[in-house]
Amino acid sequence: MIYLDNSATTKPRTEVLETFMKANEQYYANPASLHQMGNEAEDLLENAREQIKRILNMEHVIFTSGGTESNNLALFGAARANRHRGKHIISSATEHPSVLNSLKELEKEGFEITILNVNSSGEISLDELKNALRNDTILVSLMHVNNEIGTIHPIAEVKALLQGSRTLLHVDAVQSIGKIQLNAKSMPDLLTVSGHKIHGLKGSGVLAFNQLELSAVQFGGGQESGLRSGTVSVPHAAAFAKALRLAEPNPAFADWNKELREFFSEFAGVKVVSPNGAAPHILAVAVKGVKGEILVSGLQTESVIVSTSSACSSKNKKASHVIEAIGLSREYKDGVMRISFGAFTTAEDIARLKEAFANMHKLIK
Amino acid sequence: MKTNQILVRYGELSTKGKNRSSFIGRLRDNIRQMFADLGSIRVKAERDRMFIFTDSEEDMQQILERLPKVFGIQSFSPVTETVLTMEAMQEAAIVVIDKLDLEGKTFKVNVNRANKDFPHEKLEIMQAIGSSVLRNFPELTVQMKKPDIELKVDIRENGAFLMAEVIQGAGGLPVGAGGKALLMLSGGIDSPVAGYHMLKRGVRLELIHFFSPPFTNDRAKEKVFDLAEKLSHFGSSVNLHVIPFTELQQEVHKQVPDNITMTSTRRMMMKIADLVLAETKSQAIITGESLGQVASQTLESLNAINAVTNSPVLRPLIAADKLEIIETAQKIGTYDISIRPFEDCCTIFTPANPKTKPKLEKVEYYENFVSFDELIQEAVQNREVIKFPRKKENKFEDLL
Repeated sequence: MIYLDNSATTKPRTEVLETFMKANEQYYANPASLHQMGNEAEDLLENAREQIKRILNMEHVIFTSGGTESNNLALFGAARANRHRGKHIISSATEHPSVLNSLKELEKEGFEITILNVNSSGEISLDELKNALRNDTILVSLMHVNNEIGTIHPIAEVKALLQGSRTLLHVDAVQSIGKIQLNAKSMPDLLTVSGHKIHGLKGSGVLAFNQLELSAVQFGGGQESGLRSGTVSVPHAAAFAKALRLAEPNPAFADWNKELREFFSEFAGVKVVSPNGAAPHILAVAVKGVKGEILVSGLQTESVIVSTSSACSSKNKKASHVIEAIGLSREYKDGVMRISFGAFTTAEDIARLKEAFANMHKLIK
Repeated sequence: MKTNQILVRYGELSTKGKNRSSFIGRLRDNIRQMFADLGSIRVKAERDRMFIFTDSEEDMQQILERLPKVFGIQSFSPVTETVLTMEAMQEAAIVVIDKLDLEGKTFKVNVNRANKDFPHEKLEIMQAIGSSVLRNFPELTVQMKKPDIELKVDIRENGAFLMAEVIQGAGGLPVGAGGKALLMLSGGIDSPVAGYHMLKRGVRLELIHFFSPPFTNDRAKEKVFDLAEKLSHFGSSVNLHVIPFTELQQEVHKQVPDNITMTSTRRMMMKIADLVLAETKSQAIITGESLGQVASQTLESLNAINAVTNSPVLRPLIAADKLEIIETAQKIGTYDISIRPFEDCCTIFTPANPKTKPKLEKVEYYENFVSFDELIQEAVQNREVIKFPRKKENKFEDLL
């Protein structure tokens, strides 16, 4: 099988699995325990944390179960800790459901949410953001790279816009870490990273942040500076640190992206949905009048794995909220598939995809 | 173009007449030692300033991170070197200025044209660089007298050297310039702060810690290690002497009445410290005692404890408020370590009602029934000595 659904999840690296196994065999003690074995586990945990802080260039790192939990902690944590300063939060229409649905809950708690619209490329308008900012805006939450179509949000510009104000910036970087570098100067106040999107393990992620106040959303023994109670999984933490260290942008992605854009543009009734300038590792493509799941199963018979616009939306019959938000025309919007590259993707995989698509296209046109 | 050197301006030591060269030598050695792990650095000390060179960007980052803590430095500036052309200098100027906070700041260019062969006049260079900077950073305004930002351009034979950023140093005197003393390090908030104050006055530290396993555990020891590590970041390495104290402590407990065990225990510590002081050729004992803070820190107590030694006992915090001490501890990064909740040997045997005004004669009387000397000798001999900063052995290298 040729796996081109790396934005849904990635195959863990052997090195990461080795770390996970070894950490489970040798450092399984509870890092909060006072005995020597606990000390050693804690030592490994803190070394992992330091490494992640260094790579991300952030001051604090809390280990979580993944992107969704990190986003929940970031939003609820920052909103509740800052409610005395204001109750207004800004985000965008194409955020991940873990952000949008958290914001819906916060709305019930009395927060006021402004959702920025996006244009047909999935881009927000900085002017609109500027206009939406108020004295009582406590938080802006934006994803770095959109998971369905690859649009890159202008984090550096947003950061510059917020400079000097007390509005916090949260960036969901689940789809960008290891693929697109965030400029060291434009690191946000809160950063979400997931392990399994960077060839790490499912069930691991971090919330990284700089000096700020955060409320806990999960209560118990007060682990992770009280922000995330529950026995910390040292093996997951170590595996995450390893995966993050090995994650590196692959310059070939841009070439393959270009190659595929040219390839798809040859077909009548096929449209590249990802805008120009989108992240190189995500390419959304739509076929007129054909349902996305048919494209997925059609390519699967050719041993190529892609997904409908996002794995989370695959089970919904409706077009995803991202596709709706960019206003894709009716004949295309049910037929979106997403191709996403990972560290194990090769030039041959791209060639096979092209071949498979051409074969399928003959059948469905 | 590369930022490959740092200019270091000396602190108080500029005023120290004859000792000057030994102070400068001390600072140079401290810096060499501080950055020994980096490998790539070179240090050149001149009469008025010092240069640190490195060709590694990573090492440069490390130096900039650690240098603000080193005592004996008033301020320092990263220097960017570039080839001798007007364009290269303009380009470098923009890179140098871009690192600074510019909002509402005033600015000027200062050119030193030591290399008279460079085919442009000083004024011409100033204008070329100044106007290019202003074009790129319109938020700056020019001010010739006392500007917020002064971009210095030094034109030499081998290239042009630019700097603008001035980073505050830690001040004080180079550690070691003021001799060596032994700090009694408990694991609490006060003693590291006491050590810090003495370091700032140029006193090199030996550390002594009393360890009472199994009543105090490895985490308590780890805590003291972490404090020692912090104290080794101010310009000089430190040795930590870990004294096995359990037997002595139990013996004291057996021999003297409960309400004076604390006084007596501290007298034992002082006796041990005195021996370690002699062995390490230290000149004084430092404690974190602050008057009235706890039962052992009354003048009566201090008298009774001090009676066992003839060495000077320095108590830099004696008149400091707890809140001031906490503030300093937070500033130097020891507070979060000190408040970790592990027992140290002072807290475990604390009697319910320690005497706040112990009588020296009585204490001496009770201690008189047995000789503690042998146990004291033994404790000193069996001590563990660990050097800080600890070598960064990354034992998890293959795992992470």
